[in-house]
Amino acid sequence: MLKYIVKRLLLSILILLGVSLIIYILVRCMPYDFVSNKISALQSNTSLDATAVEKMYEMYGLSDSSFLGILKGYVNWLAALCRFDFGKSFVYGDSVLNVIVDHMGVSFAVALIATFFEFLIAIPLGITAATHQYSLRDYIVTILVMVGISLPTFFFGQILKDALAMKLGWFPPSGLVDATKDFSNVFDLVLDYLRHMFIPILTVVILSIGGRMRMTRTNMLEVLSSDYIRTARAKGLKEKVVIYKHAFRNTLIPLVTSLAGLLPSLFSGAIITEQVFDLPGIGNVAFKAMMQADIPFIMGYNMFLALLSVIGVLLADLMYAVVDPRVKLS
Amino acid sequence: MDQNEKLNQSEEISLQASQNEAEAVPAAEDEPLEKNVRLMSPMRMVMRRFFRSKLSIVGLIMIVSLFLFCWIGPLVYPGWGETEQDMSGKIEYTMAPITYTNASGEEVTFYQVVETGKRINSLAKPSSDHILGTDKDGRDVFTRLMYGGRISLAVSFIAVFAITLFGVVFGGISGYFGGAVDNVIMRICDILMCLPGFPILLIISTLLDAANVDSSVRIYFLMAFLTLFSWPGTARLVRGQILSLREQEYMVAAEAMGYSTKRKIFKHLVPNVMPQLIVSMTLSLGSMILYEASLSYLNMGVRAPYAAWGTMINIVAEDQNILQNFFNVWGPPGICIIIAVLAFNFIGDGLRDALDPKMRR
Repeated sequence: MLKYIVKRLLLSILILLGVSLIIYILVRCMPYDFVSNKISALQSNTSLDATAVEKMYEMYGLSDSSFLGILKGYVNWLAALCRFDFGKSFVYGDSVLNVIVDHMGVSFAVALIATFFEFLIAIPLGITAATHQYSLRDYIVTILVMVGISLPTFFFGQILKDALAMKLGWFPPSGLVDATKDFSNVFDLVLDYLRHMFIPILTVVILSIGGRMRMTRTNMLEVLSSDYIRTARAKGLKEKVVIYKHAFRNTLIPLVTSLAGLLPSLFSGAIITEQVFDLPGIGNVAFKAMMQADIPFIMGYNMFLALLSVIGVLLADLMYAVVDPRVKLS
Repeated sequence: MDQNEKLNQSEEISLQASQNEAEAVPAAEDEPLEKNVRLMSPMRMVMRRFFRSKLSIVGLIMIVSLFLFCWIGPLVYPGWGETEQDMSGKIEYTMAPITYTNASGEEVTFYQVVETGKRINSLAKPSSDHILGTDKDGRDVFTRLMYGGRISLAVSFIAVFAITLFGVVFGGISGYFGGAVDNVIMRICDILMCLPGFPILLIISTLLDAANVDSSVRIYFLMAFLTLFSWPGTARLVRGQILSLREQEYMVAAEAMGYSTKRKIFKHLVPNVMPQLIVSMTLSLGSMILYEASLSYLNMGVRAPYAAWGTMINIVAEDQNILQNFFNVWGPPGICIIIAVLAFNFIGDGLRDALDPKMRR
């Protein structure tokens, strides 16, 4: 087990190196004058000081865009990374790590609550659809789920925003906190956060429920057709016991595994959802940075995403062995 | 329904039985075999199972009508062009309350109505002239819907075919030859799968901006890059299939017969991978449309004045007035996206059930 984990970790480092090289080369493909124009435009209206820009040029070797120059820049960047120095973001005028950590919370809160409700609603739906296969109930659930999968985030988000926020006025349309009010009480502040997050969470839940439900249904069907379920029925167990005690537990294996794989990605932020509702999450922040050729932030953010997905895959594989004793890691 | 299905099933089984018989006793009976049993090729059996599901038929109808709408539509409804603006002009009234205090100290409010003549007939309500009205720049929404659909559908098809091609070639090589080649290709797949797809496309979009790429072709560049990052999924699927197929008896037989590598791959392996591949292709068509629409929505893909479904919705992000009052401008493209993606999902699901020989209902 330990040997396996070590091997996987080493492989992950290799993957991350490959990913960083690709992203670095892509970023460095930006023409020099394009980048310097953006930087000087930013310099005039932010607190970016000349030394930070100087350091940036040195760290990325921006002025030299020959192949060797890019390679040298990459090595410099790697060396800085080993000292946990991601550089300073142009757009936000702060260290990249700080910007990521500052905005991670909002994204994580939205994603965590959404995932919770997603599992809470999708699993029972999936089970009823599977136990009543080919019934009217199954068809209705399946069609609703299909519609859910097919909705574009931005379109559905705008519809919800129009209906719930603009027309009915139940929830604020965008942002995270009501700037006109003064919150002396922490409880009130959290409540206001939740009010602002409601529509984004609703959007994410409705869009993601479909996939999860289909997964539950497929697994449940597979388990229900296995021999031990027939045995359980043959020995006269109640249908409820058969389904919830015998079948459901085995359906949980892939669900728990996928949840483990999902956990890291909760931090990654949703660019489009945050864009639609103007939430100050990490996706929104990254989108603005990318539009303005903020090289340190682009590198830092993309490496952050790659790291999360590597951890996710690793966690899912490990979880698989933990939940299912039949699986041996080697 | 049940009865009918059982009948169909026994028919399929009896087909195999009768084939065996036909070999054993050739032409012994008076009645020709074809009268007793209907011969069905595997392809026909798949088609039959596919068309038995109502959802797949609905999906097929939806997608065919969308295609007709997008490609035949502009010929039937030739009133306006994709980027043509309605210059017929319109008169706009804006009303603003004005409050002032008069000589006797009372507050008086009256409404000032300003009449402005505009050159462009923008945001027109649906009428016989513009079935779905016009957008902010006076372009006909209905016409743009058709042209936008052309881009969205064409781009998705091209991307999916390219992804499949890459996936089959690399997955096939990896699975068939194994060893070091397999190792290298799979590590490349690992790396590409860890790349954050959407942010990378945003970076590339900025690169295209920097290179001043024309806005009518930039979406093709973006999708080309998307293809480069998306083939590993298909490659893994193909590789997995080939690895398991390689161990089967009929492949050993093919080996023993001394068939060429080419024949083994294209005659024996590829046809067996096809079912899974077709299903995954259909399902990814839907996700490609969503991808393209999202890019265009963020103003990264197709840009105005050219139309794509995502681009047409993009306007609501800036203009709250349009979001609230002009559903006829941004609603239809969204509905089109949903119809297209839904149709591909229905067809993909139907195909999955139809192509799986174990799925007998």
